[in-house]
Amino acid sequence: MLRRITLYGLLLFAWLFAVSTASALSPESAKAIAVGDNDDRIKALSAALVTPDDNLSNLVEALLADTAKVAGDQVLIVTDGKAVIAATGAEAPLPAVVEDVVNNNRMRQALEGAKAAFGLFSDSVRVRNNAITELRESADESKLPLIDRALAKETDASLKAKLEQLRAAMLIASSDKQKRLDAIVALTASAQPSVKSLLQERMKAGVETDPEVRAALTTAIKTVEDRLAWGERLGVVFTGLSLGSILFLVALGLAITYGLMGVINMAHGELLMIGAYATYLVQNVFRKFMPGAFDYYIIAAIPLSFLAAALVGAILERTVIRWLYGRPLETLLATWGISLMLIQLVRTFFGAQNVPVENPSWLSGGVQVLPNLTLPFNRIAIIFFAFFVLAGVSLLISKTRLGLFVRGVTQNRSMAACMGVNTAKIDTYAFALGAGIAGLAGCALSQVGNVGPDLGQGYIVDSFMVVVLGGVGQLAGTVYAGLGLGVLNKFLEGWTGAVLAKIIVLVFIVVFIQRRPQGIFALKGRSAEA
Amino acid sequence: MNTTTLPSSPIASIAPPVPSLLTLRGKVVVAAVLAILVVIIPVLNVMVPATSAFHMSDYAVSLLGKIMCYAICALAMDLIWGYTGILSLGHGLFFALGGYAMGMYLMRQIGRDGVYHSDLPDFMVFLDWKTAPWTWAGSESFIFQMILVVAVPGLLAFIFGYFAFRSRIKGVYFSIITQALTFAAMLLFFRNETGFGGNNGFTDFKRILGIPTATSSMRVTLCVLTGLVLLGFYLMSKAIIASKYGRVLQAIRDAEGRVLFTGYNTLWYKLSIWTLSAMMCGVAGALYVPQVGIINPGEMSPAASIEIAIWTAVGGRATLIGPIIGAFFVTGAKSWFTVAFPEYWLYFLGALFIAVTLFLPQGIVGLVRKLAAKGGVK
Amino acid sequence: MPQITRRGALKTLTVALVSASLSSLVAAQSKDPIKVGVLHSLSGTMAISETVLKDVALMAIDEINAKGGVMGRKLEPVVVDPASNWPLFAEKARQLISNDKVAVTFGCWTSVSRKSVLPVFEELNSLLFYPVQYEGEELSKNVFYTGAAPNQQAIPAVEYLMSKDGGSAKRWVLLGTDYVYPRTTNKILRSFLKSKGVAEADIMEEYTPFGHSDYQTIIANIKKFSSEGKKTAVISTINGDSNVPFYKELGNQGLKATDVPVVAFSVGEEELRGVDTKPLVGHLAAWNYFMSLKNPANTEFTKKWADYAKKKGIAGHKDKPLTNDPMEATYIGIYMWKQAVEKAKSTDTDKVIAAMAGQTFKAPGGFTSTMDTKNHHLHKPVFIGEIKADGQFNVVWKTPGPVRANPWSPFIPGNDVKKDVPDGKTKI
Repeated sequence: MLRRITLYGLLLFAWLFAVSTASALSPESAKAIAVGDNDDRIKALSAALVTPDDNLSNLVEALLADTAKVAGDQVLIVTDGKAVIAATGAEAPLPAVVEDVVNNNRMRQALEGAKAAFGLFSDSVRVRNNAITELRESADESKLPLIDRALAKETDASLKAKLEQLRAAMLIASSDKQKRLDAIVALTASAQPSVKSLLQERMKAGVETDPEVRAALTTAIKTVEDRLAWGERLGVVFTGLSLGSILFLVALGLAITYGLMGVINMAHGELLMIGAYATYLVQNVFRKFMPGAFDYYIIAAIPLSFLAAALVGAILERTVIRWLYGRPLETLLATWGISLMLIQLVRTFFGAQNVPVENPSWLSGGVQVLPNLTLPFNRIAIIFFAFFVLAGVSLLISKTRLGLFVRGVTQNRSMAACMGVNTAKIDTYAFALGAGIAGLAGCALSQVGNVGPDLGQGYIVDSFMVVVLGGVGQLAGTVYAGLGLGVLNKFLEGWTGAVLAKIIVLVFIVVFIQRRPQGIFALKGRSAEA
Repeated sequence: MNTTTLPSSPIASIAPPVPSLLTLRGKVVVAAVLAILVVIIPVLNVMVPATSAFHMSDYAVSLLGKIMCYAICALAMDLIWGYTGILSLGHGLFFALGGYAMGMYLMRQIGRDGVYHSDLPDFMVFLDWKTAPWTWAGSESFIFQMILVVAVPGLLAFIFGYFAFRSRIKGVYFSIITQALTFAAMLLFFRNETGFGGNNGFTDFKRILGIPTATSSMRVTLCVLTGLVLLGFYLMSKAIIASKYGRVLQAIRDAEGRVLFTGYNTLWYKLSIWTLSAMMCGVAGALYVPQVGIINPGEMSPAASIEIAIWTAVGGRATLIGPIIGAFFVTGAKSWFTVAFPEYWLYFLGALFIAVTLFLPQGIVGLVRKLAAKGGVK
Repeated sequence: MPQITRRGALKTLTVALVSASLSSLVAAQSKDPIKVGVLHSLSGTMAISETVLKDVALMAIDEINAKGGVMGRKLEPVVVDPASNWPLFAEKARQLISNDKVAVTFGCWTSVSRKSVLPVFEELNSLLFYPVQYEGEELSKNVFYTGAAPNQQAIPAVEYLMSKDGGSAKRWVLLGTDYVYPRTTNKILRSFLKSKGVAEADIMEEYTPFGHSDYQTIIANIKKFSSEGKKTAVISTINGDSNVPFYKELGNQGLKATDVPVVAFSVGEEELRGVDTKPLVGHLAAWNYFMSLKNPANTEFTKKWADYAKKKGIAGHKDKPLTNDPMEATYIGIYMWKQAVEKAKSTDTDKVIAAMAGQTFKAPGGFTSTMDTKNHHLHKPVFIGEIKADGQFNVVWKTPGPVRANPWSPFIPGNDVKKDVPDGKTKI
């Protein structure tokens, strides 16, 4: 709250008592802004802001982007190997030795504040909006003249409202009672989380003495709290859905291989890993050969991660798992061996460290739905992705000929074989399908977490829990179990902390299975008890 | 073999009526081998000078002791999986619980020799606890803790098994929820507040019954003791399997439905062998801890429990000697590979598991029998 | 010697032990290579961090051999894989010492692995060099700690965040994985913060299970906490693998370093390899070494590593070589051991321990690191770095010189009476 007081105090000072010490950004002041003690640099920046010009604006931008360099007494802005003298904007030869400018958080904050001050009077609504958001974080009276000036110029209605709120935050400590009351009303309309603490600060003993204002404050705090509580509740639901969609995705492939063939695939986690590494490779190819289309690498990665994992799955089925049908518990051992080998294989080729998978820019960041609730784009995308995968798989199973065969083999293998279904082939296809879906899940996981050799190990227990809880051979069961566990986990986490929440969920599963040994959706009829 | 998970498949395998037990000769051989082990080892380790080629190093003694603990686990797993057809992926939990019960006693035996020179174990001093929590009541008594070594895993197994078997949870479902159980317990023990030393667990033991642990003679004693316990459990299992009770267990494995129709209440059969198996693991854990010098929640990880199943499978299920051979073979291979090919040992181990399941469904013992049978025909 | 009352064994045992130690002495006199143990996990969960320490140890050993070895004898590395399995660490340690007869072992990462092997090293009186920052509260005669103690990492970092340049943080979130290092560090920090007048209500402590990958709730809690009052900073002791999901979530939820800075004690160049660092610019880490340090010793070190990684085809590093703090600590440890052996003219454990006191080495960190004469820890400088967009660190603060380690933190009650010297002999 107080962190920018110094800067804005100086700004205010500058605007109020502008003295013509410098007509524009001088080389000396450019240097003073770029090097030296942070206190001195911030002072120099404030002094330069007295007479803002384009050169200063460019310098601030360059400092923030790490493109400002120091060579001797000169501050240069270096972009693509070309140097520009910061103080004049003139081009200059690039010296052999340039020093980087080191900005720590405090310096960067001062620079961002300066940028915001520029932005407040920009022509672009977006820039002005950002500037206001930036200014919102620190509300103190020293900025009042700045806000007033901006208010006078502002034409956009919504921005005007935001500025009014900013102004109110500053006026809450005004000596005029009416102004304080007005400020409270204006602040109640805002739902910034910081408003609550601002109002609470006023409620502390001895700060606000007028009973009428105190009453207004109490109601205001209540209103704001209610609104914030909504954000929190929605937040829990969203995080639960997000975790649930991930659990569902990682378990879906397993539900198919296990439900269909009774194969306990301990290497399922490694199929996730293969999908994630396929995504990593696609990303690298895009970065190297198509840097322009980098943001869309994920579109290509989705089918390729499916294919990579499906291929590995088909090979596994043909070479190992095929020989173990009817011995479900033994597939556990063989696939455990496969899993060890796949992990070590990846370690040999890619190293034991994690590999970087970057979110495309359209999956970075988030959308702010409520002042205290930001939904990250990558998580939203995964929820939709899970939905599409579910839709795709259900269509495949219910509408296609392959799906018909798969259902037939699941329900009664020998009967299907008698009807002329090549069950061996169906097995391979189905296993490859399950593996491919695991690959898709791996592709999704690469957007939220680690991509490393151990990626799969972290999900294997969870995915088995989902499948068992949902009931074997039931897509719907997997959906409900995944989402249910996700939401349950997140509700508990807010209450008991992450560690206990996880333990409680596991104990819940154990107890639940005691009550319903076949999961949420038990297979009915003859096949249930054989 | 349990076939419930593959509803419509024909009964995949009909297990041999009663696995051919070793002959009298075999019995003598096995007993002799173990007896020799427990006599020869101390002699080779303590009497033979270190420079001699016949000297058995301390390292070898503790490795042998450790593997024999694993063999007990594998044997316990065999009773429940090989003979009763119930695959547990949570036996590591019982092993660890036994180990923790022993570890608590060993922690108390450190006395004031710990880092903080307090009566309480170091980690409690560190957490600012003034008194030990209730779970530590009686931990200073050797007898009491030894009772806990079997009682805690036994009781947990009994309660869990009672509800699980009563609900007729079978096959893979049972395996998966035992995995959930051990995973949950691992997370619980990782917490410092649980009161068992968190992730660091218990280490730096000084003595048992007042006798220092870090000596050759103590190591040999423990190793021999483990050998004797293994032998004892082996003979006990043999008796169980040969008894009527043991035959009912095998019948449950082969066709539980028919056993039920014949009028047996399978619940109690399964529950009793399940509890016994858990208690055996507890004993193995208690022997294990003073020999390796550490117990921590890592023993409860799902992977540790899967390994127990792997020893049993590699050695040969439904034979009693198989799991013991399996434990020796797999652990020995791991010990050797991790030194000889530190970067590649997982390939060997992985390939071994695949090969065993594909080509040796009856494990090493099955292979030996097959070869012996072929030799006999010729 | 142990006092054994059990019948029989004592005499023969003594004979065996004496003859064993004699035989090792005899071996030490010859011109055979000196065996050196490398005990780092190459598989399992810790392989991600430890594999590279094995490689850097092998590089240092190669270097020493290329320059003629130690006392004219070559070093022969014995690499084993304890597979992130703690009992296996103890077993392998015993194997290295008693079967392979190594003169010294470089190894371990997690505290639990160190605690697992410690009794073995004490019993067999062998040497371990431990290269990772840890929680302190330990001092063994047989271990040299070349990583940081809490006062060489955690406390300076918090002091920095309290300073004006660090953003004058007033409220603190202590966030960690639920195991001993984070718990201990947070305990020390909590009492440190209290001593600086921070109120109980201004500290939030949160833990996650191992391998936790869903940080949505935690980040939401941090956001809420930080909106409720003055400037908030997060102290993260999140364990290796969970860092990527944590930082990804942090970036996507829009929590910027200028709003709520996160300072981490287990995040270095290697951990950031798996992260897109653009949204993380400005978050901090405290270490005794950063790859981005500019000094001749570091230039040489990073170059040597890059060449070695390329030559050996070390996966990951051959394309993008990175160095980090534990690698530097491993490197310092090996060289200091070499110097001590040369000073003692013997690889005998006790002689080397005596010769280690006061050893100095011009470390890649740019300072001369000194082994304390008493407490087996290094005097190291402390650096605070802010993450840059390229995954490296901007050093924004450093101590004027090396800091002496305080293994017994004064912020833990009862430690004031602790001696700063390891007990002379193993207690049996």
